[in-house]
Amino acid sequence: MSHADTHDAHDDHHHGPVTLKDGFVPWALRWIGTTNHKDLGTLYLIFAFTMFFIGGVMSLIIRAELFQPGMQLVSPEFFNSMTTMHALVMIFGGVMPGFVGLANWMVPLMIGAGDLALPRVNNWGFWILPFAFTLLLSTLFMDGGGPASGWTMYPPLVLQTGDALPFVIFAIHLMGISSITGAINVIVTILNLRAPSMTLLKMPLFVWTWLITAYLLIAVMPVLAGAVTMLLTDRYFGTSFFTAAGGGDPVMFQHIFWFFGHPEVYILILPAFGIVSTIIPTFARKALFGYDSMVYATASIAFLSFIVWAHHMFTVGMPVAGELFFMFATMLIAVPTGVKVFNWIATMWRGSMTFETPMLFAVGFVFLFTIGGFSGLMLAIAPADFQYHDSYFVVAHFHYVLVPGAVFSIIAGVYYWIPKWTGVMYSEFWGKVHFWLSAIFINVTFFPQHFVGLAGMPRRIPDYNGQFADFNWISTVGAFAFFLAQFIFIFNMMRCMARKGEKATDRVWEGAHGLEWTVPSPAPYHTFEVPPEQISIPEDELTAVHDEFDALDGHKLT
Amino acid sequence: MSVKTMLKFVSGLMAWGMSSAALAAWEVNMPVGVTEISREVHGLHMLIFWVCVAIGVVVFGAMFYSVFAHRKSRHPKPADFHESTLVEIIWTIIPFGILIAMAIPAAGTLIRMEDTRGTDMTVKITGYQWKWQYEYMDHDISYFSTLDAKSNEARRLGSGIDPATVDNYLLEVDNRLVLPVGKKVRFLLTSNDVIHAWWVPDLAVKKDAVPGYINEMWTQIDEPGIYRGQCAELCGRDHGFMPVVVEAVSQEDFDAWVAGKTGGAQEAAAEEAVAEEPAEASVEAAAEPEEAPAAEQVAAAEAPAAEPAAAEMSKDELMASGEKVYQTYCSACHQAGGEGLPPAFPALKGSAIATGDQAAHIDIVLNGKNAMTPFGGTLNDEQLAAVITYERNAWGNDTGDVVQPAQIKAAR
Ligand code: HEC
Ligand SMILES: [Cu+2]
Repeated sequence: MSHADTHDAHDDHHHGPVTLKDGFVPWALRWIGTTNHKDLGTLYLIFAFTMFFIGGVMSLIIRAELFQPGMQLVSPEFFNSMTTMHALVMIFGGVMPGFVGLANWMVPLMIGAGDLALPRVNNWGFWILPFAFTLLLSTLFMDGGGPASGWTMYPPLVLQTGDALPFVIFAIHLMGISSITGAINVIVTILNLRAPSMTLLKMPLFVWTWLITAYLLIAVMPVLAGAVTMLLTDRYFGTSFFTAAGGGDPVMFQHIFWFFGHPEVYILILPAFGIVSTIIPTFARKALFGYDSMVYATASIAFLSFIVWAHHMFTVGMPVAGELFFMFATMLIAVPTGVKVFNWIATMWRGSMTFETPMLFAVGFVFLFTIGGFSGLMLAIAPADFQYHDSYFVVAHFHYVLVPGAVFSIIAGVYYWIPKWTGVMYSEFWGKVHFWLSAIFINVTFFPQHFVGLAGMPRRIPDYNGQFADFNWISTVGAFAFFLAQFIFIFNMMRCMARKGEKATDRVWEGAHGLEWTVPSPAPYHTFEVPPEQISIPEDELTAVHDEFDALDGHKLT
Repeated sequence: MSVKTMLKFVSGLMAWGMSSAALAAWEVNMPVGVTEISREVHGLHMLIFWVCVAIGVVVFGAMFYSVFAHRKSRHPKPADFHESTLVEIIWTIIPFGILIAMAIPAAGTLIRMEDTRGTDMTVKITGYQWKWQYEYMDHDISYFSTLDAKSNEARRLGSGIDPATVDNYLLEVDNRLVLPVGKKVRFLLTSNDVIHAWWVPDLAVKKDAVPGYINEMWTQIDEPGIYRGQCAELCGRDHGFMPVVVEAVSQEDFDAWVAGKTGGAQEAAAEEAVAEEPAEASVEAAAEPEEAPAAEQVAAAEAPAAEPAAAEMSKDELMASGEKVYQTYCSACHQAGGEGLPPAFPALKGSAIATGDQAAHIDIVLNGKNAMTPFGGTLNDEQLAAVITYERNAWGNDTGDVVQPAQIKAAR
């Protein structure tokens, strides 16, 4: 097979990136100045997992306070700023950069491009983030404490925030800029740099879902920016966009926010669909069932996500006609989402499956995400939503779609691709232990929250009546155990990054077909400087093609 | 924190949780409730739940069968199908059909829920940080409903009070919303500051109280009883501490309560004018009508009640009762030590008003200002005199001033 050409025409004498051996300053400068998609992918992922850790600690503070009735550990204001920060950090610092990291690494490798189309923008997009989050987190130490009005930032409450408010708004602007640059880069890369024979409908599904996600980002991040800017002017420049006393309308903020917020929900899950659609066929050794309908389903979910926003605000007092419309539109989303789940199962059906760690997480995703989808369907029923809204039932619902949904998919993706990134296999044993602990404790944490929510426990409260006590302590125990289990993952991945462990083959997985598996493991610093002719590994070629590479640093496998 | 200390922490937490577990109930489902609407909503909830269970059984059944039977060890050669237009059309159409079947009854219930025509009486509910005000539009009744004193004391950080010893911890108020059964009651809902949400699960009523907006909703309660809920929309620091308690009583009891409330208020006013009655009697007169339907409402006894007005009080008396009033009504915003939560809630310690002009001080407490709640309607003259005296002398605000109830009366 003629191979994907990674032959470098470049004249750098030692062919690889600067390493610590070349000295600390050059090494640090390399990471700060890098425009390489692999470096930036790595940085994004490290950043995302750091944020998962910080946001996770916040969630433990929340769960520890909720362990028992009565206020034991923190004040109510601090509790509120923990729930607010936890959400902002996890969404904007964890899940989104996690997906951008995977896109950075994998989109060029999957479409046969040498790098992203706008490498400097890529660098800038990443390096904004550490500043944005330092700023955000620093508000916890300001006069009046951190933001405490929930990540939804509803006025008028948000206008009672102390000195933190302008800094939070500025941090959100920075995050928005970072997301938009990332999204533009992904779109331009996918539309322009694909291998010549890769037509749109031959792209891997991860690429498709990211393409659609990127459009969603460009469409809605400016809306969020506008909304928070109006908060800023309301607070400091005498406008009354959202103040009834000045002729404004606090409910308008909610409409604007959720016009951003609902597509945002899909920004957090569409790339996950792509990852799972990549992993399941590999381990089922069978092509993805219904590729075309997967693409159309993704596109229709993205479209529908723009016309359902008000289901987040059924209790705000809308006209009945509005409530009916948003109820029906929301229920409609179940159709394309169902198609996806059915397609994954049909892909598994009569395949020849093995359950390495990435597959375990992918199957866990399908199962648990679907449970989150069921509760989502229940929430769509407006009259019932009057009971569910702002209760722990909602907390359970969105954590099911975000943790065993989005987060599991990121973890699955990292397990799946890290042999390609580092050239060594992770420990399969510890990977499996990690999966089972995660899968068990995520349910211990979040399943009981359905019960307390239905029984009447509102969300975002620091203390509760004894009738909710049992399920709450169970949930707290689950949260601590889940958090601890993640260290297995961290150590497993650090081991790979230290290049300790069994050497990975180029193809890594027996059933892998994508272009990314045609380059050596670890992937050389520069790949596909010449676009590849073939766009996947054919069925009959079970050994990869590394022989034809001189791996760039003289490293050669087998 | 090392893994070991964390494990220790977790196991410690577990032991701690177990000990309190015996007290709690294992409620897992939405209450059926006590209104026709709540029963309908519960029915919809169960219907959609069972639909999800049925879909789940089929989908997960297929998935787990496949995981079991189509693993490499049992099924070494994968099939090579990867699409089927027919199958895909079928599994697009079937869910569509299920959704339509769900949407029809849901739409019916929704329309009935929003139909506020033909109501028998109206109560206006106003959310405040962090209490509710109930105004009976057809009767001349209006009062505030705040977290009861026992819960309020127990819920403070490090209070040392075990919540299990407090009846209806966080779900009890000083003054309940009293409603007659069998009447269609309309609620007009608004807010004085930030957005709150009024929620009683047993009535299947939840709606946001939005400043500048009036939302409408209704309920018709079938069974007498006490129904508890909470504020459901994050409204700041004490969001978790503004319960909603509805007491549904028979029409006769309701009429008696209304008569007591309106008549009682006139009596109390008359007494105040005479100011001759001994303290005890007057306390009873004012407190009883409120209590009558709420027979087991222990908290009311501790709630502030009217005392004879215009009597001179000593500074010590004022300071002592002022501190109590302050901790109950003011400390949520201005903090226990008067340091406030700037910039939203100013410090009173050393503040210009609390150490300056008395009239301005009385005015802001009586009539409120921006986010500062007016207390003229909630507190009586003694309480106001006491709390203002307290604020003018506590935390190093040593003005030495004594504000007497008569001054408040004059300022009203
Ligand atoms: C809902 C929160 C809240 C509660 C409860 C509250 N206040 Fe205030 N208070 C405020 C706010 C906000 C201001 C500032 C008003 C303004 O100037 O716009 C304020 C201002 C004041 C001031 C003027 C301070 C200054 O120097 O400007 C006094 C005095 C005061 N409150 C007394 C009280 C007393 C007495 C109570 C209890 C009976 C009380 N407050 C309860 C929110 C509250
Ligand atoms: Cu509230």
